[in-house]
Amino acid sequence: MSDHALDPVRSARAQRSSVAWRRAAWRQYRLERKMFWRNPSAAFFNFLLPLIFLALFGAIFSEREADLQVIVPGIAGMAVMSTTFSALAMNITYLRESGVLKRIYGTPLPTSAYLAGIAGNAVTNTALQLAFITAAGSVVFGLQWPQDWAALAVFAVVGVVCFASLGVALSHAIPNFDSAPAYVNAAFLPVIFISGVFYDADNAPGFLRVVAEVLPLKHLIDGLSGAMVTGDGLADQAGALLMLALWAAAGLVLAVRGFSWERRRD
Amino acid sequence: MMGEMTADVAIEVEDLSKAYGAHQAVRGISFTVRRGEVFGLLGPNGAGKTTTVEILEGYRQRSAGRVAVLGMDPGPRPSALRERIGIVLQSSGLYRHLTVQEAVSHWAGFYDAPRDVAGTIALSGLEAVAGQRTRTLSGGQQRRLDFALALIGDPELVFLDEPTTGFDPAARRQAWETVRSLQELGKTVLLTTHYLDEAQALADRVAIVKDGAILAEGAPGELGAASRRYRVAWRDADGAPRERETEDPTPLLHELTGAALARGERVHELSVTQPSLEDVYLELTAEVAPG
Repeated sequence: MSDHALDPVRSARAQRSSVAWRRAAWRQYRLERKMFWRNPSAAFFNFLLPLIFLALFGAIFSEREADLQVIVPGIAGMAVMSTTFSALAMNITYLRESGVLKRIYGTPLPTSAYLAGIAGNAVTNTALQLAFITAAGSVVFGLQWPQDWAALAVFAVVGVVCFASLGVALSHAIPNFDSAPAYVNAAFLPVIFISGVFYDADNAPGFLRVVAEVLPLKHLIDGLSGAMVTGDGLADQAGALLMLALWAAAGLVLAVRGFSWERRRD
Repeated sequence: MMGEMTADVAIEVEDLSKAYGAHQAVRGISFTVRRGEVFGLLGPNGAGKTTTVEILEGYRQRSAGRVAVLGMDPGPRPSALRERIGIVLQSSGLYRHLTVQEAVSHWAGFYDAPRDVAGTIALSGLEAVAGQRTRTLSGGQQRRLDFALALIGDPELVFLDEPTTGFDPAARRQAWETVRSLQELGKTVLLTTHYLDEAQALADRVAIVKDGAILAEGAPGELGAASRRYRVAWRDADGAPRERETEDPTPLLHELTGAALARGERVHELSVTQPSLEDVYLELTAEVAPG
């Protein structure tokens, strides 16, 4: 048989399977959204908590524009981390340890479409949070609207990829679901405190600044701050973007390499 | 030759081995499951049953041997194969915040030609709880949901790994009824169990597995007969119980009855039995005393 005869068949099949893939991922995404809203603790920690933080710190720092200009991008960065890193580390650990992953793995649903649905759910929360926080910064706290929307979008996307993949990678290290909150908070809480969510990280003691410089969250907050407050372009934030991208690359490799559908104790 | 009989063969396993590091979990297993048959892998915990089944399901890679499931190699997990099999794992999680109805109809979307959702819920005996969240179900109801999710793709072949472990007697009977209804639907079933009565009640053919090897194989009723040994028991002239095992009881019976007739007595409590599946199972799986 000649190549000419084979190619249309193969491409038609590939096209049909890519349509089927998108449909499967979309169905899974819609199911994940439905389940997210039905699970009160997930909805609270992933959704309301950053907004409560914003309201509290906004009230504490009200009328102090310099502080608000630190806290609003800081909480935006924290929201990216909690909706992707924390949520996915917990969720993937739960799905793996409860056996849902193994059950799904035995069905014709493509694993990549399944994971795309789960990641899509997390990213939707990130987008909603960023929209709320940005709008609240302007409407409630009287800050300017973001200076550079393109830079905001770039940092949000790279930040999501970075923290989502690091969250999945962390789930590989968590031995069981009972210990998942401890692992997640052992990473999340120190990082948000040293990375300048609640104060300007440049005022922190020297050794903490060094640690924060090595970790990704400070660079995300710098990038968001540049885009929202100072109007620094992407060129001025190239260093921060590079650090985030490096962490994203490392996270993606670790997330894929360590992935297992099977319970740890099996 | 493998592959020539695929029309009426659902599973073919030839000299299958699986090692985890130094531990040899499966050592050279061979068996064939015909279409429409309920085939049981019977053996104690740790015999290698689950490892064998998980290789056939595509969860694990074999170390050596040949395997064909519906004519396909399950190793690379072809989606064409996953489309045609249903899996009930030993234990697996549920989406806790969905209703039974939502879970089954979501699963139906994974398959090209699924069964009817309402019909599958009814077949699994879940009609009364179709609107309930899965986290509110009892253990037995959750197991029935496992069946429903495994059946919704209208599979030709269903794997059941220890389907009733931990069940109370009533829940076991219900699960057995479901397995029988699978057979009535013409499905092929590969069942693992460590319950002898379950294998006897459900399986058309049974392979007894221990330490990763098949010790005996056949229909439950024939497994005892296949051992071709007879147990002859009687009371001797002094009234003491005697018992002897033999491949051919004829000379022994002739001797016993001849001696009794010569004494002008009866042979008391004479019986000739063949070992049951239970005897064979207990004998084969008994731990050999050290030394």
